[in-house]
This record gives sequence, C-alpha cells and structure tokens, in this order.
Amino acid sequence: MSTPLAQRPPQPAVGQAVAHESADLHVTGAALYTDDLVGRTPGVLHAWPVQAPHAHASVTALDTAPALTVPGVVRVLTAADVPGTNDAGIRDDEPLFPAEVMYHGHAVCWVLAETLESARLGAEAVAVTYEPLPSVLTLTEAIAQESFQGAHRTVSRGDADAGLARSTRRFSGEFEFGGQEHFYLETQAALALVDEGGQVFVQSSTQHPTETQEIVAHVLGLRSHEVTVQCLRMGGGFGGKEMQPHGLAAVAALGSVLTGRPVRVRLNRTQDITMTGKRHPFHATWEVGFDGQGHLQGLRATLTSDGGWSLDLSEAVLARALCHVDNAYFVPDIEVHGRIAQTHKTSQTAFRGFGGPQGMLVMEDLLGRCAPALGLDPGELRARNLYQPGQSTPYGQPVRHAERLRLVIDEVSSRADLATRHTEIAAHNANSPHHKRGIACTPVKFGISFNLTAFNQAGALVHVYKDGSVLINHGGTEMGQGLHTKMRQVAATALGLPLSAIRLAPTRTDKVPNTSATAASSGSDLNGGAVKDACEQIRDRLAVVAADLLGVDPGQVAISDGTVSGGEGSMPWGQVVREAYLRRVQLFAAGYYRTEGLHWDVTRMQGEPFKYFAYGAAVSEVEVDGFTGAYRLLRADIVHDVGDSLSPLVDIGQIEGGFVQGVGWLTLEELRWDTSEGEGRGRLTTQAASTYKLPSFSELPAELNVHLLERATEDGAVYGSKAVGEPPLMLAFSVREALRQAVAAFGPAGHMVDLGCPSTPEAVFWAVEAARAAGRVDSRRVDRPAPKALADIRMVD
Amino acid sequence: MGSSSIIVNGTPRACAASPHVSLLDWLREQGWTGAKEGCAEGECGACAVLVARPDVPGQTRWTSVNACLPPALALDGQEVVTSEGLGAGPTPGQGAELHPVQREMADRGGSQCGYCTPGFVCAMAAEFYRPERAPQAGPDSPECGANGFDLHALSGNLCRCTGYRPIRDAAYALGDPDPADPLTARREHAAPMAAATAVRERDGQFVRPTELATLLSLLADSPDAVLLAGATDAGVERNLRHTRSPLVLAIDRLEELRTLVVDEGMVEIGAALTLSEIERGLAGRVPLLADLFPQFASRLIRNAATLGGNLGTGSPIGDAAPVLLALDADLVLASAAGEREVPLAEYSTGYRQSVRRAGELIRAVRVPLPLAPRTAFYKIAKRRFDDISSVAVAIAMTLEGGVVESVRIGLGGVAATPVRALATEQALVGQAWDLTTATRAAEVMGNEGTPLDDHRASARYRSAMLKQALLRFFDEQGPTKPLQKDGFGLRNHSENGGDR
Repeated sequence: MSTPLAQRPPQPAVGQAVAHESADLHVTGAALYTDDLVGRTPGVLHAWPVQAPHAHASVTALDTAPALTVPGVVRVLTAADVPGTNDAGIRDDEPLFPAEVMYHGHAVCWVLAETLESARLGAEAVAVTYEPLPSVLTLTEAIAQESFQGAHRTVSRGDADAGLARSTRRFSGEFEFGGQEHFYLETQAALALVDEGGQVFVQSSTQHPTETQEIVAHVLGLRSHEVTVQCLRMGGGFGGKEMQPHGLAAVAALGSVLTGRPVRVRLNRTQDITMTGKRHPFHATWEVGFDGQGHLQGLRATLTSDGGWSLDLSEAVLARALCHVDNAYFVPDIEVHGRIAQTHKTSQTAFRGFGGPQGMLVMEDLLGRCAPALGLDPGELRARNLYQPGQSTPYGQPVRHAERLRLVIDEVSSRADLATRHTEIAAHNANSPHHKRGIACTPVKFGISFNLTAFNQAGALVHVYKDGSVLINHGGTEMGQGLHTKMRQVAATALGLPLSAIRLAPTRTDKVPNTSATAASSGSDLNGGAVKDACEQIRDRLAVVAADLLGVDPGQVAISDGTVSGGEGSMPWGQVVREAYLRRVQLFAAGYYRTEGLHWDVTRMQGEPFKYFAYGAAVSEVEVDGFTGAYRLLRADIVHDVGDSLSPLVDIGQIEGGFVQGVGWLTLEELRWDTSEGEGRGRLTTQAASTYKLPSFSELPAELNVHLLERATEDGAVYGSKAVGEPPLMLAFSVREALRQAVAAFGPAGHMVDLGCPSTPEAVFWAVEAARAAGRVDSRRVDRPAPKALADIRMVD
Repeated sequence: MGSSSIIVNGTPRACAASPHVSLLDWLREQGWTGAKEGCAEGECGACAVLVARPDVPGQTRWTSVNACLPPALALDGQEVVTSEGLGAGPTPGQGAELHPVQREMADRGGSQCGYCTPGFVCAMAAEFYRPERAPQAGPDSPECGANGFDLHALSGNLCRCTGYRPIRDAAYALGDPDPADPLTARREHAAPMAAATAVRERDGQFVRPTELATLLSLLADSPDAVLLAGATDAGVERNLRHTRSPLVLAIDRLEELRTLVVDEGMVEIGAALTLSEIERGLAGRVPLLADLFPQFASRLIRNAATLGGNLGTGSPIGDAAPVLLALDADLVLASAAGEREVPLAEYSTGYRQSVRRAGELIRAVRVPLPLAPRTAFYKIAKRRFDDISSVAVAIAMTLEGGVVESVRIGLGGVAATPVRALATEQALVGQAWDLTTATRAAEVMGNEGTPLDDHRASARYRSAMLKQALLRFFDEQGPTKPLQKDGFGLRNHSENGGDR
C-alpha cells in the first residue's frame, strides 16, 4: 500500500541537512572515478585520437601503417574495424570513424598502445590525406546560407500581429550570445573490457548509462544484454555527459573486443574541449509591444540555435528554449519561431538548463533594454508582467502556483533590503564618477520534466539482506548533484530506518535497465519515486510479518528509526527481517515510477509537458570600474523554491553552484573559434583552462545568501520536493541585469544599454563608453544621434 | 646513474620515471589517485599536493604546488603529501579519519562531484599550516577569514560545482593546527636538501647539479638544454605541446640563484626564488612588486614560478616584465665565462627572443634604489583571480614641485615583447602632473605598441586600456594624493607636493 507521493512520515530522513554521501571519500581522495581504475586494472591499452586539422574536409586517404611501426602501438581503430554500425549518435548521423570531417578536431581514427605516450606518437604517425571543403562557422554565416538542420518549430498563442498592433510602444532588436563549455573537472573517460563469454563491460563517466550501453551494442553489433555499463560517479556532468560519452565508450569497447585487452579512453582537456559539444549559442531577432503601463502585448521572435555539425539533442534543446522564452511573464499574443543552424563546429548538446536559459535570456535582455525607454524601473517592468494565477503559458500549460513568483520576488527583495539599497546605490553613484554600482532582481520559472514524455520513467532495485542491511540501486547517476545522497534519504524514510542502514551501489545497466538520462533536473523526482515504490513494497510485506509477531493489524505497524512497533509492542528491524526470511517473504523489490499527467504534441508545440514549475528570484549587486569595464559581484540574495527540500545542504549547494555557473556563462566564459579564412579556420582558440576562464573565487559574491522558500510542498513529486539541478542557473540573469544598471549609471537618464553577452569586462567597457558618449551628447544639448543600441533597437512607434 | 626516490605520505618510494613523466602521473601510477588531472597546465589545481620546502633556516614550510607540472624526478629526495596522506577515507569496518581541513570540507558541503576536492584540500592545508597565519581582528572579509586564512591560497583551484561559498566557509572555519599533528611538527625541522640527481632514460636525461659551476659547465656543453625551475612553463610545454627535451637541467635549488639581498643601492632577487618566497622576503618593501604578486597567476603557481623563468621564457604577456621595466631592473646573466649585467629594457629583442647567449642563464634580477614613490600595476584580464593579462601596465613616477621629474611605464600584451611606453614617458616628463597633462599623455599611451586581436581581447580594447590606465593612474595618484610608503626608508619627502 503506497502512501501519497508527497506525504512524509513523522521524523523522516528526508529534509535533514546531511553531507554528500561520498564526502569522506571525496576529501581523502579515496573516491574512485573511471580513470582511477586504470592503475587497478592490469594490461590496459591506452587510446589516442587522430584529430583532423580542418573545419570541413573529405578524408581521401588514411594510412595507419606508419603508426604500427611506433614502439608500443598495438592497433589502429578505423571504420573498417566496426562489426556493427559506424555510428555513435542516436540518429545515424554521427559516424564514429568519419569519412567526412565535420569540424576542426574531429577524430578520424584512434590508436591503441601500451602507453599513452606511444599512442600519442602513433597518432602523430598516422598519415591522413584531406581534401578541404567549404565551411560554415558563425550563426551569421549559417543564417545567410540557410544552413539549417532538423525541424523548425513554432510556439504561438493568439495573434502576435494583433498584439503588436495594439501596443502603444514597440521595439525590435537583435541579440546574439555565446555558448558555454561544460568544463566538468573530470574529462570524458571510459574503460572497457571483455568478460567471459563475450560479455562487454564498460565503465563510463556517463549521465546516461542505458544509452551508452545501446550505442556500444549498436557499434559492436551486439544485443543490449551483452553489454553492461557502470558509472561509479562523475567528476561533474552538467549535461556534457548525457550524449558525449557514448562514442568514446564505443571506441574503448571496440578496442577491447578486437584486442582482448582492457582499453582506456580518456580525453585530456584539450581533446575534451575540442571534440565534445557545448551549450548552444543562439541568435535572436524580436519585435515586442507594450501598452501604456508597460504590459507586454505581443512578441514575435525568431530563435536560431547553433547546433554544430550534427543534430544530437539540438531539437529538444530548441523546444525547451521555445517553451521558456516567456520566463515568468504573461505575453497574451506571441509567436516564437525556432530553427537550428548547422555549422562546422562540435555538435552542441545538453547543458544545465537545456535551452531554457537561452530562451529566458532573450526575454530578460529585452526587458532590461526596453525599460528605460518605457520610463520604468526594470524591476517594476518585470513585476507588472509576472504570470498571475489562472494564466497559461503560450504552449497551453496552466502556470500552477503562479503566485509564488510574486512571493519569491517579495521575499528576496525584503531579505536583500532592495529598496534601501536602491537609494544607497544612487547616492554612491552620484559621488563616484569612475565606479558605478547597479542592482537588479530577476525571477525564474522553469518547467520540470523531460519534454519528451517517454523519458519520464525510472526504475530501482532495493535489496534487504538477512542481517537487515539495505542496498539500493537506481537508474540515476551521481555527478556531484547529490542524487545518491537524496536516494539514501528517500529509502531511509520509506523504510523507517536510520540513514546508516542504507548503502547505495554504483549505477549499472544490469541492475536497473532502460533508464533515462540523469538530466532535466529530474533525477530525484524520477528515481526517488522508484526507490520509494520499491521500499514501500518491502515495508508492506514486512508489516504483515511484524503484525503477526506483534499481534496487531498490518495497518497498525509503524517503522521508525529501525524500530518496528504496533500496539503496545515493538521489536528491532533486524528481527523482523530475519523472521520474514524464515517465512519465505521476498526481501527485495523492483520499484518503478512514471510521472503522471504529462502530454505533449511536439509538432504543434502544445500541451502540458511539465509536471510543475520551479520558481526562484535573485537580487544581485555589482560594481563596475569605468576605466576597464571590470566588475565585482558585491552581494547576491536568492530565494528559491525547491518544494519541501529532500536534502537542504544538497539543495543549497545546487542553487549556489548553478547560480555561479550561470554567472560564468553570462559574464565570463567565452568560446572563440578561428573564423578567418586561414589554415586554422574552425579551430577553437579557447581550448584550455588558460584561455577559457570559468568562475574562480573572484566570481563568488562577497556576500551570498540563499534561502529556500518555506511551506512549498509540491504535491506532484516525491516527499513534496521539487527539482533543483537546473533552475538556479538562471538566477544569474540578475547579475547581468545589475551590470546593465551599473553601466546605465555612466550615462544620462533613460539611456538604453545594449550589453554584449557574455558580458566580459571588454563588453561592459564598450557599453560604458556608449553610455558616456550618450551623456556627453546630452550635456551639450545637441540632438541625440542614434546610439549603438538603436542599431539593434529600432523604435517603431 | 643514482637511484631516485620520493617520500610520499611518509613512505619512501623508488622513482624510476622518465624525465617526461609528471609528478602527477607518477603518483597516480603508484596508486595515489587522489590527485587528479583537470587541465594539465596548472590552471585548475585538481592535482595540488603538499611539498616540504625550505622556510626560514632550519624550518620547513608545507607548500602547495600543482603536481601536473614538475617532472616526478624533480622531487627526488623530497617529501610529498597528498590528500590520502592527510586523512583516510572509510575502510571495511572503519570509519574515516579526517584531517581538520577535510572535516570542514566534508561537513559544510565543500565537495559535490569531489573531483577537484583533493586538490582543494591540499591547497587549503598549506594555508592551514602557514606559520604566519594568525587570527584577524574583526569578522571574515571576502578575501581573508577572521582566522587569518588568505583566500588567495585557493586562487589556483577551480570548482565547477559548488560556486565556492561552502569552500570559503570551510576555510574560514579552520582553527589552528594541533602541535601534535605530524605535519605541524614537521615544520620545525629543515626541509630536505636538494638531491644531486642524474637520470638518463631512453627518451631523455634529467640532471640536477648542486653547484652553479657544474650547471654552467653542463649548459656550456648543451646550450639547448631546458632549464627547469618551477616547471610552470616547461610543464605546460610538455603536457600540452608534447615537447620532449633531450636534456633537462634543474636549477631551482641552486643557492646562487636563491639570493635576496637588499643594500643601499639595489635589491638583488635570485632568479630561482619562487614568487612566494620573494613576496615573503620583501614583505611589501617594493610596493610595485607587492601589487604584482597577488595578481600573478595563483598561489599554486607562485609557489613554483620564478622571476628567472618568467623572464627567461620571454613571453610578451608575462606580468613580471612590465613591473620590472617600470622599476628599471637589470638582469644578471651568468655563464661559464662569468657574469654580466644587462638592463631589462635591452634584454628582449623579439618574440621570445633575447640577448641571452648560448650557455647563459639569468642568475638574478637587480632593482635599483631608491624606488619611485608613485607606482601602480594594472592588470587587465577577464578574471580577477588567476588569469593571463590582455594588457598589463606598470607605472613608476617621481614628481618634483608638481612636475613629472621622471617616469617609467612598462607594458605587457601590446607588442611582441614587453615594452616601455617611451612616447608616453616623453609626453609626461617635465610637465605639470595635472589633468591636462594626464589626458594628453593618455592619448599618446593609447597609441603605444601594436596590439593584436585575439581570444583574450580586441586590439581596440587593448589600446583603450592603455589610455585608460593613465587616466586611472591620475585619478588614483594625482598630485594631491598621499604617497605610497616603501620599506627602505630611502625616500626624501618634501612639503611642496614634490616626491623628493
């Protein structure tokens, strides 16, 4: 008898702030990651890719013989070696050993050797002849040449033209912004070996073991039951290990099958950055209309994502972008088109937020740019347009708990003392010609569930051993997000045991099959539901045994903190378990969960794809140095809705980490490709930690306060919790909008700030220069010429 | 060929590695997999370990370094502690035994994916054991805890998961080391001496002479040998560009290259002192260098990198050169034939080219005294901690009666070599130090050098930053602003707004 999904028993293990279940292993260096197994595995061969030095080219000849003369080289893997299908993708569009190079750094073959050094030297010796072909690199080039891939999609409601027509103020603009490298600290890694009987065992740093298993089988021409994939843990994933590990695992597995030896594939950082997909850069054009009070009336927009060379997850990413252009705001008449450019770059892929951040950024940027022209404080403009209870999204999903948007904004504004600080900042700016501060509050509304309904299912396998100890398996993977920590808490809660009684085994496809990627923030919702289901089956069977022993009805049996009680009596958990075994009661169970109530028409882009929305809001304050455009993040306050938290320490960690990662994307992290016509065309020029800068301690706000929204039970999810992985990333919009406010303070009142993205010090400096120039013109009472912003924002009213 | 060994977590291990195997790879091959490779170029700190390094005579300082950079052989005879050596994870039947740093990191949510964590733990432990660390009056500040923990100790460690707040909290929660802690006690004994190492493998030779004369003689015979001090550049060359030098000569422990001498006329800084050692030795007495150090890479790098290495690689974007140009420094070049002194301004001759002859090395840097009283170092970069400059500007100015008596401006990142902003200097000297002069000179400065567009910044931005640097300098160090203090007591202050 399962209890309602959201209902918590008394004194639950969920909701307690506990450290990460592997924290002691992490801090002592004892935690094992895939590549740590290499030294513990005898006879491993090492793999090195031969990366093409062209953005686009045909491979006209491939001579592996010279490599085989390099001491230590054992074999070179090429397309001719593939027993199954030469494809590492999910759509037959990603040849594992390509005959046509589609991006600079594309691996055309792999060398296996006794040492990594020999493999590298072997790869240098492989002779490849290329015939270069024309390439498309930038979004601008792709749009001009109509280089698109996949389906075009449109989300619309009402009549965007009518909405624009009835607007008293209309603006249009263009906005292009960059992608993001995942830069998980652990690069992609796989270690494959052949078991007895031709069984292939692959240890992989993967967010999606089932799909890794399927693609390994696909390449090897095996059935899924002949391949087992295990993921111990990942040193970060962020979406970058949802699709990208498959081909690398397949290379390792193929090498192992062909040589009979364990094969290790581990990308070094340069290979990882140059070979694997990233967050999609986007280009947007938009036209928006407001009424006299600043209420959004109509929006027409076209979003073009840069999908890179293959489709990968780009359609799903685009769908989520289109479903999130509204962010937290009601737009009555709206039409948003989406399309995917094909360029000769890495195949862009999942990254925390999965298109949601890109869609929402278009809206937040647009509001930040238009507010001065509307004569409104940007915070006020945002507040006026928030969803109200009863309203629906453009794709037809009611915005349940819309009142929480106002709630989180009010709470964070109050905690951040926003009104007082507005005044203080104005006073500071009036007296500080070269250093200006800005503050901004932005909300987040993010839909939870995979857009593709089928992915919203999960399994678990829970064992209770005769001594009462519990081992749980589930289909989710641990990448630092604390999923395993939460699953132990869920199991302890469902079984009524102390946390110490629950152990968790690494994720393996032979324990729980057909799993979904640990992605879309859904890990806890889905796997938690499955773990809970399995535990409750066992608990109910034990309750029958205990009821008999205690002389009560099964319904009267309660298990709490390892004690089974009913009526006047009680006994230890272990005693009930032993008795149950002797009575031949099954002590293990498979659990299953699927999210109810979802439907989605992918062609019409209408339906209710999300179980619920996660809400949050942040207030950020920055100070900009007018000499350089450099800035500091002085303080950030966040109020975020995680429902009733399963694990507050984990959730706060996700919120803070997501926020800072979002700050990195929006302000610091810059991917640059060589777009010249020279020999290096297509080469990623930021392919190392020294050139691609992610946030360090200097990007941590001097003061960072995070609060979880209280009394926020979510009826539709396990123990009343909400997903937390992705939504907080978008709280970082507050930082970019605060930068815009600080930049505006260098210019005259009403100056519209066009801010590049990522808003690096250089981008901020040019925006400051534009603001100062506008001020100089104003002060001379000359008719104001069109500032740069007007090249993008054309006032049409 | 002698046998090499490294003491890891208290136990000696024979080291029979190739000269091209990093300390990190060697440790991992030995089964110490706590230290991780995140970037292989000293930027992320996932490989950080502790090394017992010399401190004041007779004492040892636990020093955090990136294990991915030095060859394992460079640690011959040395003591290394990894995260596994600080504490022990749970084993069958036994709970974990955590070091205080590990305890704080674990309990406060300082680890998520855990991959960067062992490196953070080691970098944090080095600061935990830093002898000068003492409680501060007042609450935690953004970059220094009330417990005296300097957050810059972690500036070379990247975490992609946590957003850093819990790590900062863990750092600021640390108490003092227990005197009974073996690593605390270890500080009271001298660090291991440099071992005379000579290893010849199929793919190369590694030699660490213990005498300068021996080194110079080897260098005379093999002028193409790679000179290895902190390995912060050579390690990157090896890991990312796969350079395999036939002969590596380790010079980092030669006493003649480790001088720090201050006399009336100059400060001499040994070329193989690490930047951290110089920072401690000068203790702020050269304000321009004091401005430079916190902005120079990260603590992990400064614990290994040297001025000799930074100048010797001849990079146009090394941050030391602009500062030393502004300080009017000379380089002492040594060879088997003897020593000569060359002004730094005449040292670089082209992109990674210099007047250094075959068989010569940089033995020391000399900074003349007295120092100019108005100085500033401006580093323009995307990220405030541990980034490479787009542009670096160092200015040293002396006023007399409100007029610029002398000024030297060193620039990095705007030409094929570090350069002096000679036209700007000319536009300033003899002029009243006022807004008109500053504005006019700023326009000149904006045209210095020949900046390029690259992934760090546009040429236009670089030029703008040159111009802005002078405006900023005027804003910060206008004629009415108080003078900086240096540590040598050599400055003659007058009351008429002049500096000497």
